[in-house]
Order: sequence, then structure tokens, then C-alpha cells
Amino acid sequence: MAVAAKRKPKSRPDEPVEAEVSAEKLLDLYRAMLLIRRFEEKAGQMYGMGLIGGFCHLYIGEEAVVTGAMAAVEPGDTVITAYRDHGHMLACGMDPKGVMAELTGRRTGYSHGKGGSMHMFSREKNFFGGHGIVGACVPLGTGLGFAHHYRDNKRVSLTFFGDGAMNQGQVYESFNMAALWKLPVVYIIENNRYGMGTSIARSSASPNLFGRAAPFGIPGHQIDGMNVLAVIAAVQEAVEYARSGKGPYVLEMLTYRYRGHSMSDPAKYRSKDEVSRMRQEHDPIDQVRKRLIDGGLADENRLKEIDNAVKAQITEAADFAQQSPEPDPSELWTDVYGEVSA
Amino acid sequence: MVDILMPALSPTMTEGKLAKWHKQVGDAIKAGDVLAEIETDKATMEFEAVDEGTLSEILVPEGSEHIAVNAPIARIAGEGEPAKPAAAKPVAPQPAANPAAPPPAPKAPPQAASAPLAPRLAAESEWTGPSTTLTVRDALRDAMAEEMRRDGDVFLIGEEVAEYQGAYKVSQGLLAEFGARRVIDTPISEHAFAGLGVGAAMAGLRPIVEFMTWNFAMQAVDQLVNSAAKTRYMSGGQMSCPIVFRGPNGAAARVAAQHSQDYASWYAHVPGLKVIAPYTAADHKGLLKAAIRDPNPVIFLENEILYGASFPVPSDPDYIVPIGRARIVRPGEHVTITAYSRMVEVAERAADALAGEGISAEVIDLRTLRPLDIETIVDSVKKTNRLVSVEEGWAFAGIGAEIAAQIMEHAFDWLDAPPARVAGKDVPMPYAANLEHLALPQPDDIVAAAKAVGYR
Repeated sequence: MAVAAKRKPKSRPDEPVEAEVSAEKLLDLYRAMLLIRRFEEKAGQMYGMGLIGGFCHLYIGEEAVVTGAMAAVEPGDTVITAYRDHGHMLACGMDPKGVMAELTGRRTGYSHGKGGSMHMFSREKNFFGGHGIVGACVPLGTGLGFAHHYRDNKRVSLTFFGDGAMNQGQVYESFNMAALWKLPVVYIIENNRYGMGTSIARSSASPNLFGRAAPFGIPGHQIDGMNVLAVIAAVQEAVEYARSGKGPYVLEMLTYRYRGHSMSDPAKYRSKDEVSRMRQEHDPIDQVRKRLIDGGLADENRLKEIDNAVKAQITEAADFAQQSPEPDPSELWTDVYGEVSA
Repeated sequence: MVDILMPALSPTMTEGKLAKWHKQVGDAIKAGDVLAEIETDKATMEFEAVDEGTLSEILVPEGSEHIAVNAPIARIAGEGEPAKPAAAKPVAPQPAANPAAPPPAPKAPPQAASAPLAPRLAAESEWTGPSTTLTVRDALRDAMAEEMRRDGDVFLIGEEVAEYQGAYKVSQGLLAEFGARRVIDTPISEHAFAGLGVGAAMAGLRPIVEFMTWNFAMQAVDQLVNSAAKTRYMSGGQMSCPIVFRGPNGAAARVAAQHSQDYASWYAHVPGLKVIAPYTAADHKGLLKAAIRDPNPVIFLENEILYGASFPVPSDPDYIVPIGRARIVRPGEHVTITAYSRMVEVAERAADALAGEGISAEVIDLRTLRPLDIETIVDSVKKTNRLVSVEEGWAFAGIGAEIAAQIMEHAFDWLDAPPARVAGKDVPMPYAANLEHLALPQPDDIVAAAKAVGYR
């Protein structure tokens, strides 16, 4: 079985292998995670006010996963995910204004108000959505990897999905083809312990999710997905492996969502203690904050500046999303088909 | 001073219970702090602060029920603001406007339930150049080979397309010419190789995905409908999915219910897909080439029984048949018969029989089912005043049902009789030869229908 030399698969995270980053980089990571946190809190608030409709799956608590992953890739690498996707858009560099305006269903949103929370894309930022069907983004992400392989462009497909998707058959069909054809895909399982309200223990005969790729010869590990530096180190290793033509790689990020599955969540399937313990002891943003302060890399004033700048950015996005007009009624009929070029 | 409003947990929530306050007046509030717990009959949510400052006033005590969404429940004083509580002012439960209530309907131009008649395409000129006789099988192969020569982004993927040369020999010779990079055998994994094709198309490649038969595409239908058909719309036009899904559709011979089904109406139902079901070899070639060049996902329905049928095919490698145009196979005066794929042949045999009885039938080969060339059918019905639709699939919500509805919308006053549908019988396909024959539309069924609409 092909396993990267540096680690062996284990059912529990190894002693964290952390990326070494500069103080400035650590501040960037803090800022990036805080942007997602504040964005999602604002989205939750606006949902509560009736400004956002439908489903709204917040990423609060899981910020380190996509932030760390995006710190480990190169321009041109592609990203695809499922429906808990706002964090991925922001981490890919998409404009919070356009994302928030899509949530409010306005014409200035990334999909002109026609996609909503689960369906946004940016060709410019190589973000391929935003997909609402559990498991469906896995073959799609494998197809992005296929395209990189076909073009031999040395790009990697980062394909995110949740622990819930790991019980969909198409995931294993994809693992098989990706391994068979050595496609450059890094599969990132965001294991937040619950597929909607069903815990891993109640849904998975084997709790070791990354290990389910092993029979296909796909190497993988479990990673502390609340530690952004551990995420960076793991994704760097996986991306390097995939880029060098060795094939796919699986990373199981152990993470946690603080909020409900979507907005309407009975909160009966897990204890409040569990949630508050994760928030207090493992929060990905607090961890970086503590490193910055304890390591003397930034003082409270510097962090306050960042907090205020992020807050201003979110306020601006929220205002933009509320002030932008709704789509023109003519938009109903556009973008169903592309024009045939002569 | 910022008012904290009662949040909605879902678009349908109008009121809820303020179960518990986690903060008290005078507490410092930071963004992300849990302020309160809100309950409805189906959910509980911790309600977090977005604004920062000091909790200056609680307007709704914990335990209060029936608090309307968007009613103020507390106030936060910002930094530097005095946190002085105003006079206590209990908020009575009151019905709030439903936050999810739809806004007044925008004044859009009124739309018929069906799409308006599209502007007519320019008339298709009759091919007068040199032709060769080809089977449908070879015409499909030539179409793929020519497009693969023309565009390096076109590739063929599916079960047994490469080394086996195609389960029905449609891809014969392609592996030898284009190699394993562009002619790719897959494992038996329809769901994922269809999705893989869609992902590759989103990245700009032009996949041809072969299903060994369309029956097996049932495993993949989510990727065809939810991923391929809808992405352009859901992305506001940013994304494109130029992909062709092709393979034999409908009944072959004696393969029974799970391998004998016409999926035309299933896919024709879906905006974002184009659906093609040709009959002649020339149309198979010209339409497959158009499908490969099209920027949209195309469902290309072939028929196993037709693979070996020969027809004259234009020799010009640039011969393309535009998508969305029907063809009048034989002109007639008394009744219009529409058909597609192998049923065109059955309709022609019926038309021959009808001619023997002095009934002149106009037979239309639909060729494309979405977008449907309703203009050609309407023009024909305005001449014949009678319509018989023929399809292998079931009548219920079928292609004939759609044509009948559109004819009533667009040519009601020209009809001298209700449109008639000849379709596959409303049963799973039986195996026994005599029963299979009964289940499928036969020339006699069409003759009977044509006479019925002509009151003869």
C-alpha cells in the first residue's frame, strides 16, 4: 500500500505535525479565519431577520480546515465542495460582498441571485461550487482532477466533502477511478462528527473514515482540523504527492461545527457540554490568537485592529447585500442554455 | 444603541419562545457570544451576538412564549455609550409579518406555461453533394472521430469503449487512432464516471460519455440533472457544461423490462438539457457532431436495432445538422404523424399502408425533442387538421402528451379531432415475443389511430 513516508495511518491524530509560518503569515491566517467566523455570524443574524431564505449551513468552528488548505495550494489549483461552502468561497478569495448578496438573493450576488447559499462559483478564483447533493461533488472534483491530468497542467483538485458523504457509493467509485488513473485529487473529509443529526458512531460501521480509501491504495491520515498549522502541513504533503503524479490522497480533518446543521436544528443529538467544550478548548481562532499573544508575535492592539477591519468588511458586505436590488425579472429566463458559437 | 431582534430559525417561523438568557444586563458582549436560547416546536437554537458592546436592556424575560420574529428582545450599548436601561417596557407577543412572505410578484411579461414559440431557424437546405452509404453505427463512429480530430479537448469515456471497441461496436477503431488518453474504459461505475465527465466539462474539456445503454444511466441520473443541467443557471451563467451523454435507448429485442425503456420524456422534462433522438444515419452523424460542439449538456438517444441500418450520409466532414429542427420525412394532406428514433420507420410503414387506403399522411421525424420544433408540427397540423404522435415510451406524461398540449395551445382552432397518442403500452416490457410485440407501437396501431382522428 502506498503510504507517504513521513507518517503512518492511525485511528487517532499523530502528534501534530505543524507547518512553520512567519508571524505575518500567522496574522494572515488569523484574519482569514476571523473573516469566515464574522461572515457566518452575520449571515446567521440576517437569516434570523428574514433577509436570507432557504437553507443556510454555517461553517462556524470549522474555519481552520479550508483556511489551512488554501494556505497550502498554488494558484491554478481547483476547489470544489458541498453545501457548507461560504468559508471555501472566502478562503478562495471571493468577495464577501458578492457572497453575502447571493445569500440575500440579489442581482449583485455571484450567481445573480439564482444560486443561493449552496450554489456559488467563481471561474476567476477556480472555485467550482457549491453543490447541494451529498456526495455529488466527489465525482465532480475527481473530474476536475481528470481535466488536470488530461491537460498535464500540474494542477491539483482539492475536493472537500463531509463525513456524511462517506456513506455514498459514488465516493468509492470515485476513489477507485482516481487511484486507477493516478488523478491529482486531494480528498478532504471535513469530519465534524455529525451527518446532519446522526453521529459517526450511528452511521458508520468503521469510524476510521480516511482508512476507507486504503483498499484503493490511497494514502491518508487523520488531522486535527482545529489546528490550522496542522492542516497546512498535511495539505502541503498531500498536494505535493498529488502534483508529482502519484495519484490521489485522503485527509480526514477532525473538526466541529458549533451551530446546527442548517438554521433549524433541534440540538437534541449532542450535548451542550460537548459543544461548549469544543468552543472553549479547541477553537481554531482562539488557538492562533493565543499563539500570537503568547509568542509575542502580536499585541492586543494589533489584533484589535484586525478585528475592527474584518468587522468593517463584514458590515460593508451586509449593507451591500441588503441594498443591492433583486434580480431583474428577465433574469428568470437567462442562463438556462449557452449560445452555440458559430 | 443596537436593538437585538427575535431571530427566525427557519423561513416558516413566525414566533418562538425565548427559553433562556445567557447574558445579563451589564455584561460585556463580544461577537460570537451566545446571547440566548430560542425554541420553536421543532428546533432549538443558540442565538449569538454579532454586535459588540454592553447588554444594556433585556426587553423580553426568559421563558416568554409567542415572541414574534423581528420583535426587539434586548439592547446593546456600543463602546462609549451609556448603558442605562430605559423604562421597562414589556413587549406583548404580537403577530409579525412572516419574514419569508414572498414579495409582490414582479411585473414580468405574461408567459404561457409552455415556452413561447422560438424564432424559426433558417430553412435547412437539402444536401446535394456526394454521399456514401453508412450504417448508423459507423456514422456515429465517424462523427466522434472527426470531432476528436478537430478538437483535442474531445474525448470518449465509458464502459467497454476502448479495447472491446464498444459493447455495440460503435467506437470501433477509436482507441487505435486516438490512444488510451482519449478513449477511456471505465469500471462499471455509472454514477461516478458520469459525475467525473461533468467535472471535466466544467473544467472546459468536452467529454463524450457513453452509457452502454440508457437503462444504466438511471444510476447516474442525479449527476445528469442536478449537476450537468442546472449548473449554468445556478452560477448565473459563469459555468458551462459542454458534455454529450450517449448510448442506445428504448427497446432492443427480447431483453425485457429492465433493459427496454425509452427515456426521452424523462430527460426532455429538464430545462438545461438538450435531447436528441435521431433516425437516419445522416442525422445521427450530423446531430452528434452538433452535440459535441454545443456548449450545453446533450442527451443523445440512440437505438440498438438501428445500429445496423444503412442510409446515405453526406461525405463532407463538416456536414452538421442543427439541433432543434424536425424533418418532414414525407409530405401528406390528411393527417400528421410525429415520431422519433426507430418509430420513424414504423410510422413510415403505417403511412405506406394508409396511402393504400387513400389516406395521405405527413410523417415528421422530430429528431430533437428539446428544444422541440413545434413550428414544424403546427404548420403541418394547420394543413392536415389531424395529429397522431408515436413514441416507444409510455403515454403518461410522455412526448406525445407534450405535443398534444402544445398543439392545443398553438393550433386549437385548426384541429378537426382530438390528437391521438400511439405509445408503448402502460406495462413494464414483457419478455415473451408475442407480448413484447403487443407492448410496442406497431404500424397497425398507427393506422388505426390515423383513421380514428379522420373519423374513418
